[in-house]
Amino acid sequence: MSRDAILNAVRRGLKRGPLPADQIAMLRGRMELHPRHLIPARSRLPHPEQVDLFVRNVEKEFGSVARVPDLDSVPAAVADFLAAQNLPTSFVMAPHPELRAVPWSNRPLLTIREGRAQATDQVSMQHAFAGIAETGTLMLPSAPERPTTLNLLADTEIVLLRASRLVGAYEEAWDRLRADMGGMPRNVMLVTGPSRSADIEQTLELGAHGPRQLHVVLVEDAG
Amino acid sequence: MHVSTAPAFKANAHQALANPGLQKALARSGPSFIARRAAAVAGLPEFEQLRDTARDIKNHTLANLDFYLEEYERNVLASGGKVHWCADADAARAAVLEICQKAGARTVTKGKSMIGEEISINHHLEAHGITPIETDLGEYIIQLRDELPSHIIAPAFHLNMEDWEEAFRKSHTDLPADRVFNERRDILTEARTKLRSAFLQADVGITGANFLIAATGSSVIVTNEGNGDLTQTLPRVHIVLASLEKMVPTIEDCTSLLRVLARSATGQDFSVYTTFSTGARRPGDLDGPEEYHVVLIDNGRSAMIGTEFHDMLRCIRCAACMNHCPVYGAVGGHAYGWVYPGPMGSVLTPGLLGVDQAGHLPNASTFCGKCESVCPVRIPLPKLMRHWREREFERHLTPAVMRTNLAIWAWFARRPQMYRMATGIAARALGWLGRKKRSFKSLPFAGGWTEGRDLPAPEGETFFARYAREQRQGLHRQGHNR
Ligand code: SF4
Repeated sequence: MSRDAILNAVRRGLKRGPLPADQIAMLRGRMELHPRHLIPARSRLPHPEQVDLFVRNVEKEFGSVARVPDLDSVPAAVADFLAAQNLPTSFVMAPHPELRAVPWSNRPLLTIREGRAQATDQVSMQHAFAGIAETGTLMLPSAPERPTTLNLLADTEIVLLRASRLVGAYEEAWDRLRADMGGMPRNVMLVTGPSRSADIEQTLELGAHGPRQLHVVLVEDAG
Repeated sequence: MHVSTAPAFKANAHQALANPGLQKALARSGPSFIARRAAAVAGLPEFEQLRDTARDIKNHTLANLDFYLEEYERNVLASGGKVHWCADADAARAAVLEICQKAGARTVTKGKSMIGEEISINHHLEAHGITPIETDLGEYIIQLRDELPSHIIAPAFHLNMEDWEEAFRKSHTDLPADRVFNERRDILTEARTKLRSAFLQADVGITGANFLIAATGSSVIVTNEGNGDLTQTLPRVHIVLASLEKMVPTIEDCTSLLRVLARSATGQDFSVYTTFSTGARRPGDLDGPEEYHVVLIDNGRSAMIGTEFHDMLRCIRCAACMNHCPVYGAVGGHAYGWVYPGPMGSVLTPGLLGVDQAGHLPNASTFCGKCESVCPVRIPLPKLMRHWREREFERHLTPAVMRTNLAIWAWFARRPQMYRMATGIAARALGWLGRKKRSFKSLPFAGGWTEGRDLPAPEGETFFARYAREQRQGLHRQGHNR
């Protein structure tokens, strides 16, 4: 069986047999504790400054951010963005409780369908589990209320992020994910800016296969 | 199948130097990679420490690789996935084909995967009536042109706008012949449209993996285009191709490696899409694949463990070594003759194809040390290339005159001070290149360099001619010699 043949070849190379029990226990312990390594100092900041760093990094990576004071302000921010970009007023939205709690009816012109994205969708509205200031990255774990296709198929992706879900380093976001979701979701996307390619003459062009635009609506609920 | 032309490095290199299109591409793109990495590194004061961390994580994993492989499998199974252990390229091709056939697949979309290139999976699927479609833009044009990638993260590094236009006009015959390509954006838009329908129709999606995480049973891909995510999200079946050394213990270990990967590769702080996949679609999920398979491939890795080439298994395929290599910068990736070019290829290819096939690739080096100085996992690439040269030497495959030169070189190598002096005084005579210069145009490359390395044997055929002959006689098969 190739499984055993491969494992034996590995052990032969390492010049030993299977690991002894105490060594295995030590390695299991390491996995359970999953120790952090060096975390760059750049994101070790007071929270308001982390929010600013996040915004700067998203913009550096060709995304855009609208900062709003509360959930009630979200429909206007979305409608304004769509109008400014000359985009349709209909979009597909993640069936997430926090997005459902947004008073969309304040803007009756917005047409919303809940569910996964289809190839014909031009605009999607996603919910961010966390934001990571270190590099302006969104953490988007899959779940029934957060379909993965919303991150991929539409030309424009809008993401709702609450500032209270914004952390400094990736490691803090992973800790939150473990705390809230137990194990690993099927899919976790870390998204930093809109899709791009530099494959043609090593020159950057935005809008490869994923969204051409990434817009974050940041709800400043952190006080 | 792309047959390795690694034994013909010298002829390949001569052709490359005389190829104006390639030289144009190299002149344009080489310097920008270097500048972008430098800027990203300058923006992260902890970068050098993070390289130590990255090296240590990989060393720890390799020292306990059997344990982590078993843990990984356990966790893949627990999350509803399946692991297919494959000793060599043949086994891996068979495993992929079987999964595709069971799924009744007609078309398969593919994310960029170097191990996929290594095992020539596309040709195998085609031979069995299944159409593979590369979706990374660079891989897509490489497939249209039916050639090997010339760079491990920028497959179309060697091409110019006119090549793209030509390939697209030739292949997309359903589109109006009089359409114009004014700028790169027009190329990109046409590819996006073409590939969008491929994504939607594919029955199976095949991706590579930058990392496998033992503690969670996850595979990780890193892309900028989003093609890998569409590939693994839309079809009913997702197949991950990964070699053994992609393993890391935990998410935290992976995160630390990711901090050096993008910066070393493209000079980005982080790639656009870094995606962790764990098993198949869960109850209630509205999308995602229903089957999740990992084809876990050895193909020569376990044979490197514990040898002097062990350190090479730390490689995270960032391409910094080739981006900074003066030889790569002069001749491009195709001259190396197989899937992996540049310094990492010069070490890896002899290990995978056999020293008899590619044992002379390590001669394609100035031993300037630039590759090691930028490698995020601190692989001592010049030392490993030296090991290959010694092995080749021991095998007495090297003609006498070349052996003499190697002995001179080895003497200098142990005495760096003298070496520097000698290179200053007698670089041309010895044919060794200056340490700091990147441009071969100002150096005796075409003459002195090759003369220093391909001296005619005193009698009989030359070293390279002998390899060419053996190659023709089919003494060596590619892909799974070890
Ligand atoms: S050898 Fe080092 S620099 Fe080269 S691709 Fe591998 S990790 Fe990157």
